[in-house]
Amino acid sequence: MSGWPRSIWAKSMRKEVLLETMGLWAGYGGKPVLQGVDLSVRAGEIVAVIGRNGVGKSTLMRSLIGLLPPQQGSVLFEGAEINNLSAHKRARLGIGYVPQGRDVFPRMSIYENLLVGQSIDGSGKADVKERVDRIYGYFPILKERRDQRAGTLSGGQQQQLAIGRVLMGDPALILLDEPSEGIQPNIVQDIARIMVELNRDTGITVVFVEQNLDMIRQMAQRCYVMDKGSVTAEIGKDALEDRDTVRRYLAV
Amino acid sequence: MPRGNKTTSVLKLLEGPQTLGKGPGFWSGCAVVLALACAYPLFADGYDVGNNVYFFNWVFMALGLSLIWGYGGALSFGQTAFFGVAGYAYGVFTINLGDAYGLTLVSLVAAVGLSALFAGVLGYFLFFGRISGVFLGIVTLSVTLVLERFMSQTAGPEWAIGSARLNGFNGMGGMPSLTIPWFGADIALYPDVGLYYLTLALLVVVYLALRMLVNSRFGNVLVAIRENPQRAEMLGYDIRRYQLVAFVIGSALAGLSGVLYTAWGNYITPSSMGMSAAALPVVWVAVGGRSDLTTTLFGTLLVLAGFQYLTIYGSQYALVVMGFLLVVTILLAPSGIFISLGSFFSRGLRRRQARESI
Repeated sequence: MSGWPRSIWAKSMRKEVLLETMGLWAGYGGKPVLQGVDLSVRAGEIVAVIGRNGVGKSTLMRSLIGLLPPQQGSVLFEGAEINNLSAHKRARLGIGYVPQGRDVFPRMSIYENLLVGQSIDGSGKADVKERVDRIYGYFPILKERRDQRAGTLSGGQQQQLAIGRVLMGDPALILLDEPSEGIQPNIVQDIARIMVELNRDTGITVVFVEQNLDMIRQMAQRCYVMDKGSVTAEIGKDALEDRDTVRRYLAV
Repeated sequence: MPRGNKTTSVLKLLEGPQTLGKGPGFWSGCAVVLALACAYPLFADGYDVGNNVYFFNWVFMALGLSLIWGYGGALSFGQTAFFGVAGYAYGVFTINLGDAYGLTLVSLVAAVGLSALFAGVLGYFLFFGRISGVFLGIVTLSVTLVLERFMSQTAGPEWAIGSARLNGFNGMGGMPSLTIPWFGADIALYPDVGLYYLTLALLVVVYLALRMLVNSRFGNVLVAIRENPQRAEMLGYDIRRYQLVAFVIGSALAGLSGVLYTAWGNYITPSSMGMSAAALPVVWVAVGGRSDLTTTLFGTLLVLAGFQYLTIYGSQYALVVMGFLLVVTILLAPSGIFISLGSFFSRGLRRRQARESI
């Protein structure tokens, strides 16, 4: 079936660079938060962005999705500069963003929330059903509670819904901002496992900001370390195995 | 997809998460109400029936505001601007064109189209200029007040379009009623049984069409925008476009109200765009329950009937009572009287109310 064409395409392009920033400066007026961020993510990778509080990790995410215009430098997606694209256009290009704090639509049911995620192409009913079923497959709790109001879900369930909702748009890249925040450890583990599964099954690329050591180790294939608004180090797969290395970078 | 399937899937949208009421119980209730409405002229004097068409005339504007505000989350305080534009346009068109050959019906469509166009232009600057919240209310209110002021000073003979005098604050009169071309003799719809049935039929069509609209994908996205505009945008929607479409549809319905009102009374005045006129639709929609079409429909009829009763017996206090009603509703029953009262008796409505009090 043609359920996830973009991700399958992404899989075949595994070695290609999907997302790149070059000398990215951005901020909220006054002193810029991001001061020349360089990073490069290949299609099919899972990359963590780590660093202490206030070094600009969330700001980076916000400028990648287009909530914050770059002051200097550029953001490239699939090789094309997207600096001037508004957020909804970036989403349509295939960038899915799950913000800190989830932001589900609290007064809508889980199913309605998922339907809103289907924005990329106005494909037919059968396709919608197929995608919803696929997401229920990864997140069974969403199926169980599909008619329940999203605001009544626990934090972990809302996080799963937020991820599922973004997946409805069949993104090539998914940006997660602190997915473990305020969620009980065993659910964090579940979410990390599901993300790895998704990556393996569909080739979806994941970039996530995280402080939770276990989640980083469970999900990430590579890590960028940020400090004072720029990337100061990169940790490869092997170094990630060593708890202490990662802990040292996260240390406050 | 075979044609039959398509029709049923469209009809399925009549029920859904964004509208109250589903299943045989609800629809048979609707059928009974409709049958009563159809039977009413059989038991009443034609003159009274014609007078009471007045109540239906306003419901279109209320349903439009429910779409824009209740479903889309954008409070427009100036729907009367579109009411007035379409009403005056109908007057100007028909006075110049006459009522033969079905030209009043052409004028109706053209006047509604003109108000939709006006809403399109105004809405473009509002939504693409990212004006939202209370500022949207202020701007739309200003627009309707400006139009009222402008029309009020058009008393002189120099203010005429073709043979149609605008007549300033005295209002424009003398336009023909809606007239249906018929073999032999045209049927002029004076306020009587004929006009009653036409307006009722329009109301049923608009109500059902809006039900389908809000339960469609478009409606789902519109509600998502009401809930969290930025989030909807992050999911790939150009929310400005959705809000604009809802605004244009809702305002065209206000225009339809304006045309029907003008054709019904053969009269329209600038005060139909004034301050108190602009506030009333907000009261009707808020009191009935803005986030549902059915509660808006019945709430509007109920408040209108109450207002009419008060203006006949209590004269100048009617508007004060309306203001009081708005304040009480917002304080005690924010989701509208029907949902609040009904929640004493029904679990479904209690859930719905809980949804809205978050």
